[in-house]
Amino acid sequence: MADLALSEEDEAMLDGANGPAAQLCLRMVVALARVRGAPRLLSVASAHVDGCLYHGQAGLDFVERLAELGGRVAVPTTLNVGSLDLRHPDLVHADAETTANARRLMAGYTALGCTPTWTCAPYQLTHRPSFGTHVAWAESNAIVFANSVLGARTDRYGDFLDIGAAITGRAPDAGLHQDVNRRATVRLDCAGLSRRLLVEDAAWGVLGHLAGRVAGSGVPVLTGVPDGVTEDQLKAFGAATASSGGVGLFHVVGVTPEAPSLSAVAPAGIPVREVAAADLRAIRDELTTASGAGIDALCLGTPHFSVTEFARLAALLGDGPPFHPGVRAWVTTSRAVLAEAERLGYAETTRAAGARIVVDTCSYLTPVLDEEVRTAMTNSGKWAWYAPGNIGVAVTLGSMAECVASARAGHLIRDEELWAS
Amino acid sequence: MGELTGRTVFPGEATGIPLVLDAPLSFWGGTDLTGRIVDEHHPQRGAVVTGRVLVLPKARGSSSSSSVLAEQIRSGTGPAALVLTEPDAILMLGAWVAAELYGHRLPIVVLSAEDYGRLCARPGPVTVEAGPERATITAEAARFPPG
Repeated sequence: MADLALSEEDEAMLDGANGPAAQLCLRMVVALARVRGAPRLLSVASAHVDGCLYHGQAGLDFVERLAELGGRVAVPTTLNVGSLDLRHPDLVHADAETTANARRLMAGYTALGCTPTWTCAPYQLTHRPSFGTHVAWAESNAIVFANSVLGARTDRYGDFLDIGAAITGRAPDAGLHQDVNRRATVRLDCAGLSRRLLVEDAAWGVLGHLAGRVAGSGVPVLTGVPDGVTEDQLKAFGAATASSGGVGLFHVVGVTPEAPSLSAVAPAGIPVREVAAADLRAIRDELTTASGAGIDALCLGTPHFSVTEFARLAALLGDGPPFHPGVRAWVTTSRAVLAEAERLGYAETTRAAGARIVVDTCSYLTPVLDEEVRTAMTNSGKWAWYAPGNIGVAVTLGSMAECVASARAGHLIRDEELWAS
Repeated sequence: MGELTGRTVFPGEATGIPLVLDAPLSFWGGTDLTGRIVDEHHPQRGAVVTGRVLVLPKARGSSSSSSVLAEQIRSGTGPAALVLTEPDAILMLGAWVAAELYGHRLPIVVLSAEDYGRLCARPGPVTVEAGPERATITAEAARFPPG
């Protein structure tokens, strides 16, 4: 393994030239670089911080230590979701101590100079890192989107290192920052899947779950997908691959920017897994932990709902009937996307159907759902994967059209033809 | 006395009874703050990691695992040590911050696949000593199965 070579500026920062917070943070970056076998550190153009979600006293102690030491971010830094909806405080029913600490944590990160975006989908905002730019992003879905869909370069960063990279502007030159680690390790051949199924975001979440399981911590490449793949579909796919596996980068031949051809990203002879509709239906059923047709809630927007998803939902809702009175519905999004959805009228249509729109946080992280909710429907593979363990609800996974139809009927409406297609 | 040699990911010392996981684990979403495995899909769901030498093939999933691990270390509900087959940056960061803030060092060690298998095959307490140069895992009562 190559020894880590530090620049003069790095050495100076370790000696305290940029203040004690940068000194502490660079020691952390260096410790990580040694574990990762990085030969050097590199400069990052931006950071996305996941550490603002409250998991207990340790995270709060850390950000407050950085503040005491005079910490300040050195690059533009966006913030992931927190544990509260600061705009609509009544929508999250956490206990008073958790609420107070979560608020302190969010304020702590803002005080370090981070931009209070409060979204797990910073790529839906206007400032996107450009192709080939090194960044330090945390939050697994944001990481995989930045690498795969934008062609920026970030390793799979976690809480603490995210703010450490933001304050120092430095990150280890390792992992997905390096060309050699961006090559595909397994190919999923999707030529056998129908166009009708692949137009559904939920199918991409299910496909992503399968790809994460097949690829593990490797790099899957998809072939045989139709034209017109949307960013929302890539978002759903990436979020699910990062939950079921440790995927930080995927390629879709002809779609994602590093993969104009298979040979551009994949060495000859990598393993191939052919995917059939029956595989996706089996994963859909595995992610469906609810039994029976009952549905107490509908949860959309994991990762955060985009403007185009609001448009799709509003079109499905149209002038039709509202959701069944026995079904509570939540859509989670960022405050920036909500402002746009309000301007375009989608938010009004969504609320008129009976849904509540939550910002700054997510419905599977914090107590957003009412306590009596036992069974929830979602179109998100990621939400379906985490919600049973996190918030103790049984989940039914379906397409957005199935979700809307079911929430209107008050019980599960399946389009089995879709999943068999 | 049997001894396995591995690579230190994070230095520290601990003794405990191994808890061997049959599948990767994400601390966030996969364990709660009491140290219980809550991942609905995990084969060891319901097991408690507290005080155990947690032996798992690799970590998985969310980058919030570093915060969850740091908080488990702070509150005394975390594992005694982690033994993996590949280094994990996210868990290392949780251990690093807990050591920096609270002075509690949770050793993290990587073993070769062969030695990992030998550790999995052996019941009873082990001592993990992860130093700057190398890490050793020592079985107190019996030898590890021959490699």
